Amino acid sequence: MAAVQDGPKELDAEKETKPEILSDGTSNLLGNTASGTLSSSPLTAAPAGGATKMEDQQTLIAVLQFLKRNKLSESVEILRREAGLGEHQEDSQATDGSGGGKGDGDGGDANSLLSRVSITSAAAPQSMPVKKDQPDVSVVLSAYSQQGDPSLYQVYYSGLKNFIESVLDCHRAELSQLFYPLFVHMYLELVYNNHETKAKAFFDKFSGDQECYYQDDLRILCSLTKKEHLKGNEVLLDFRTSRFVLRISRDSYQLLKRHLQERHNNQIWNIIQEHLYIDIFDGMPRSKSQIDSMSGSLAGEARREVNKAKVFYGLLKEPEIEVPLDDEDDEAENEEGKPKKKKTKKDSLGSKSKKQDPNAPQQNRIPLPELKDSDKLDKIMYMKESTKRIRLGPENLPSICFYTFLNAFQGLTAVDFTDDSSLLAGGFADSTVRVWSVTPKKLRKVKSTAELNVIDKESDDVLERIMDEKTASESKILHGHSGPVYGVSFSPDRNYLLSSSEDGTVRLWSLQTFTCLVGYKGHNYPVWDTQFSPFGYYFVSGGHDRVARLWAMDHYQPLRIFAGHLADVTCTRFHPNSNYVATGSTDRTVRLWDVLNGNCVRILTGHKGPIHSLAFSPNGKFLASGSTDGRVLLWDIGHGLMIGELKGHTDTIYALKFSRDGEILASGSMDNTVRLWDSMKAFDEVETDDFTATTGHIHLPDNSQELLLGMYHSKSTPVTHLHFTRRNLLLAAGTYNSQ
Amino acid sequence: NHRSLGEPILKRREERRFAEVPRESIKLMAESSGVELSEEVAALLAEDVCYRLREATQNSSQFMRHAKRRKLSVEDLNRALRWSNTETICGYGAQDALPFRPLKEGELFFVEDREINLVELALATNIPKGCAETMVRVHVSYLDGKGNLEPQGTVPTAVQSLSEDLLKYYQQITRAILGEDPHLMKVALLDLQSNSKIAALLPYFVYVISGVKSVSHDLDQLNRLLHMVKSLVQNPYLYLGSYVRSLVSSVMYCILEPLAASINPLNDHWTLRDYAALLLSHIFWTHGDLVSGLYHQILLSLQKVLSDPVRPLCSHYGAVVGLHALGWKAVERVLYPHLPAYWANLQAVLDDYSVSNAQVKADGHKVYGAILVAVERLLKMKALSLTLAAEGSGAGLPGTTTGAVSFRENSPGLSPPPEPLSEPPLGIASHLQAGGAGCPWEEWTPVSLPAMYCELYSFFGDSLAVRFSTGLPLGGVPPPGPCQPLEGRKEPASSAPNLENTRKMPQLTASMNISPRQDGSPRMEPQPPSLAATVPGRSLARSSSSSVSRSRSSSSRPGRSTSQSRDIFPKARFPLPQAGPPAFSFIIGGRQMGRRCQGRRFQTSFSPTPPLTTHPPRAYAHKLPVIGRVSKPVRRWTCSHYSLHLPL
Repeated sequence: MAAVQDGPKELDAEKETKPEILSDGTSNLLGNTASGTLSSSPLTAAPAGGATKMEDQQTLIAVLQFLKRNKLSESVEILRREAGLGEHQEDSQATDGSGGGKGDGDGGDANSLLSRVSITSAAAPQSMPVKKDQPDVSVVLSAYSQQGDPSLYQVYYSGLKNFIESVLDCHRAELSQLFYPLFVHMYLELVYNNHETKAKAFFDKFSGDQECYYQDDLRILCSLTKKEHLKGNEVLLDFRTSRFVLRISRDSYQLLKRHLQERHNNQIWNIIQEHLYIDIFDGMPRSKSQIDSMSGSLAGEARREVNKAKVFYGLLKEPEIEVPLDDEDDEAENEEGKPKKKKTKKDSLGSKSKKQDPNAPQQNRIPLPELKDSDKLDKIMYMKESTKRIRLGPENLPSICFYTFLNAFQGLTAVDFTDDSSLLAGGFADSTVRVWSVTPKKLRKVKSTAELNVIDKESDDVLERIMDEKTASESKILHGHSGPVYGVSFSPDRNYLLSSSEDGTVRLWSLQTFTCLVGYKGHNYPVWDTQFSPFGYYFVSGGHDRVARLWAMDHYQPLRIFAGHLADVTCTRFHPNSNYVATGSTDRTVRLWDVLNGNCVRILTGHKGPIHSLAFSPNGKFLASGSTDGRVLLWDIGHGLMIGELKGHTDTIYALKFSRDGEILASGSMDNTVRLWDSMKAFDEVETDDFTATTGHIHLPDNSQELLLGMYHSKSTPVTHLHFTRRNLLLAAGTYNSQ
Repeated sequence: NHRSLGEPILKRREERRFAEVPRESIKLMAESSGVELSEEVAALLAEDVCYRLREATQNSSQFMRHAKRRKLSVEDLNRALRWSNTETICGYGAQDALPFRPLKEGELFFVEDREINLVELALATNIPKGCAETMVRVHVSYLDGKGNLEPQGTVPTAVQSLSEDLLKYYQQITRAILGEDPHLMKVALLDLQSNSKIAALLPYFVYVISGVKSVSHDLDQLNRLLHMVKSLVQNPYLYLGSYVRSLVSSVMYCILEPLAASINPLNDHWTLRDYAALLLSHIFWTHGDLVSGLYHQILLSLQKVLSDPVRPLCSHYGAVVGLHALGWKAVERVLYPHLPAYWANLQAVLDDYSVSNAQVKADGHKVYGAILVAVERLLKMKALSLTLAAEGSGAGLPGTTTGAVSFRENSPGLSPPPEPLSEPPLGIASHLQAGGAGCPWEEWTPVSLPAMYCELYSFFGDSLAVRFSTGLPLGGVPPPGPCQPLEGRKEPASSAPNLENTRKMPQLTASMNISPRQDGSPRMEPQPPSLAATVPGRSLARSSSSSVSRSRSSSSRPGRSTSQSRDIFPKARFPLPQAGPPAFSFIIGGRQMGRRCQGRRFQTSFSPTPPLTTHPPRAYAHKLPVIGRVSKPVRRWTCSHYSLHLPL
């Protein structure tokens, strides 16, 4: 088994480990067998709370039994050995195993199912302990085995419906949340127990009552008519194995409970007990609009306690730029004849960054790569540029430059700009990645080894000399993937490019030699997105296997696996301080993960469709997310609350970006428009509200039309990517669609 | 496509929102692969297939979303199948939709799947070019969050709102062009021709020009509007786009319509038509590529007019000069086949000597002259193309070769070289062939030159023969000389208008016209070059004036007179220096033509438009490619015709 190291050590070792760059990364392969899955990754999740220990142990034993029964003695041994390492290890393995298990879920249904079960039990341990006296797999599997009379299901459901419709208005909205999960579970129970016709009748009768934003799920649901179908359907598996979370005020809950007890409606009560998680809060019941704004995800709302963890959303202290900067600046300024002014400016910048943000994480919470000389030079450039930055605002909107991809018949799937807007990369459906130089400076390769040997390495312009002038061209094509490239990302130092593809790999390319350096294998399923950390070195990827992975460039295995999404991870973004990773998913939630320990620290619900774009505000406090339903949602990371909803787009939002100072949010969509939103106003208005309300629900001002500053049409060109240059010019990119 | 997994029958039921495969299909498929299925198994299988289909569709949609497309592709479905360890479907990756057809006899649907001959495909010579390279282009779409800037690199197009300045410009220009002051008009036209910032006004100008229909009584205005067309067409900064169509229709109006102005015989609408025809050919040559099928449409409408006996003669005249301006191929394909039918009508008009018919008859002679000029050129160009071809093959009658040689050697100095002469018409011909099917001239088969000549001779008699014989071998007999003195002599006299004189002219010529026929026709010999050699007497008899021209032109253009043609042509007893372009050699031989030219001349100078007479109309009238017109303009015209340059 490759690389068994424990978590904390790994982090310390990151800096010391010598980069071992593989030419193709073939050696990284585990997880093709059940044993690999279970024992592979010590790298992931941190210890869960002490209360979870019991469950985890039970799960472990269940897994052991399963393995034994399937005569996987080697795996058993490995598991035993590893489990014996210590409590913590045991915990992490349980969780981890589930993450890995998804990677090769097609191997065996039971196995993947089991691993999924274990994750949910591990993730939601405190509430409603599952009654598992016998740690037997069959119990875990047969979640729907107990049931009442199938013919009475309709009666039960309509009984509850009548009750909910008859209660006071203030409770009705809250209790109506029960309809959808109950409906789904009852239907699945009927299907699971082979009552096909009754299930169909049940579906026909009540599917019309469900909220419109569940239509997509209902469509999948209605195609399931056989028990056999349930096994393969991943979406519904999640529904069965995870608990749908409802947030209901205590009053409403009491009302419901009383009703069900009076009627002796055990069937429904059982479902509520087993498959739903009711998060009870004290206080006023929420209104319909409040509920609607938060619901819509595959597994209901987020539990409040999930979002309680402290998030250090502040920015890291800017590294102090050393003397060479000043020297150089002075030199440069001397030529212009006004050196002193510059110096004062520099001082003010320095003093500003020296203040420690109380919300910022420790500087060394995550080990970050040290700045190289070239990085420092780049920082200087950045600061110079930012002094020339245009201050944007509602009266001062950015200019928009559109980079149109022409003749992209193969299909443009991903775009990225470097931070300094000098390079442009496009990922295409024909497996290629193309890099363009946006500036007149052409792209050049480094000379061959033989030629490099001849070069005078002491000369001042050695960096210029190593480049092969013959290879200069406006664009370069990178071949290597064997499937559409769904994500591309430049490293901050512009030396590397990452691409993620349908072939299950993430590839690291050198922009010096324009060759592939490493293929990171681990997802084994399409990798939908990847992104470099703002400080380089780390990167994150997320894919069809429902996990996001944190990698370091010099490790061919992931450092962390962020498991918890109930469906594909469609987009991944680093927090500006590199301590957190946000992921958006097809399960219609956004999650925030702590890079340090792999924990999920925020679950943000409210989207009604798969999330395809994310953007952190430059100050790290806010997050914007865009989904297929054409809405942009704004989140306050510190409180874990939705603070704004921007309606207007008519199609999937594939691009979101804050301006450099965060005053303006730009969104680009399939509907061929770029829209600019007044994010300052959106944030300000909410900040005045009382955030600390324990109930954690919010009144969303319906002001998205006021916040819309401008809408800009392209000529039949969907907007794939948006980027603000350092001077706040907005760059948009997309491929011209001639049809 | 995802539903066409091979199931022949798919039914949609109301209560389900997805496709279902009936068990009959399953059984059918099982049978086709030799398996017998029980009803029960088939039902189960059918249901499962349905579910798997739905699942695959569901899974494939995520690939579509991540590829940032709106359309689900076969590739998406195949990816979904691949990831669920199912065999992918091959053969549906084509870009074009596959037709899904019902079979009439039964309730059977199938995807049309034609067999492809791989050998043919492999050995195909027309290897498709690779796709254009993927590239990125950038342009500033919105400046400071507002305004829609013009896309870079493209010709600016009209914007919705006109700026104040543009509006002012438009008013000034239109006022100047349609106003009284000829000088102002000139300036305005010149600016219109060279201004690079008036793209936004193009539609407005085109609209103004389309006003020709409302001023058909006013020759002057029509003239000005045509000049406006010319200026727009010549402006290198303007992209006319589909406005070409509108411009062409305006010009065609001037060529073909029986204008109100032509009711008065004093109005020289002929010149207008000539000018418009020239303009038409210019538009076609320079902007014909902007509108597909433009040439066809023009030819069709010209042909329609020509074949319509109800139309007045001036319309017919327009059609003929229009065809002539479009090149000899157009004449050959449209005018020539129509000639026999048309001739009868024309003959009837010309033969009617009644007084009431005088005006019509004069018009008839105009048409006659125009046709003559057109067919002359046709014959000449055809002969030229033949000799060129013959020369290429190395075989040819001596006469032919000499003609060709002489022509070639003459040509450089004189008029554009032969290649350009024949090239554009050839281009048209190919255009014609490529053009729409079902056009009347599609079935047209080329007539051999002798046959054509014989037929034409039967119409025109001697007047034709002479021109041919003199023109061709000389490769460009100099017409200019003879007429100039003539003009010089006559103009003062005839400019004192004398209507009778003009009207008589055609009559006179008509009689002359007949005379060669009475001679019998020794010039029926098919070989044009040899013809030239065998008609010495006649040509001698006729060229009293040409001798003058010879001396004149040789003196005025000494450089050119030293050409070999002289050595060759003594045989023909027609030792003219080679000055003018071939197309107008008829002037020399044709007495009636010479007169006609005179008559025309008279008419133009007589044109009753005092304010503008002095400059603009006259200016161009002198230079216009008018049939039967004098040397200088003639030469210029040919030049311009070949070099796609309008003489003004």
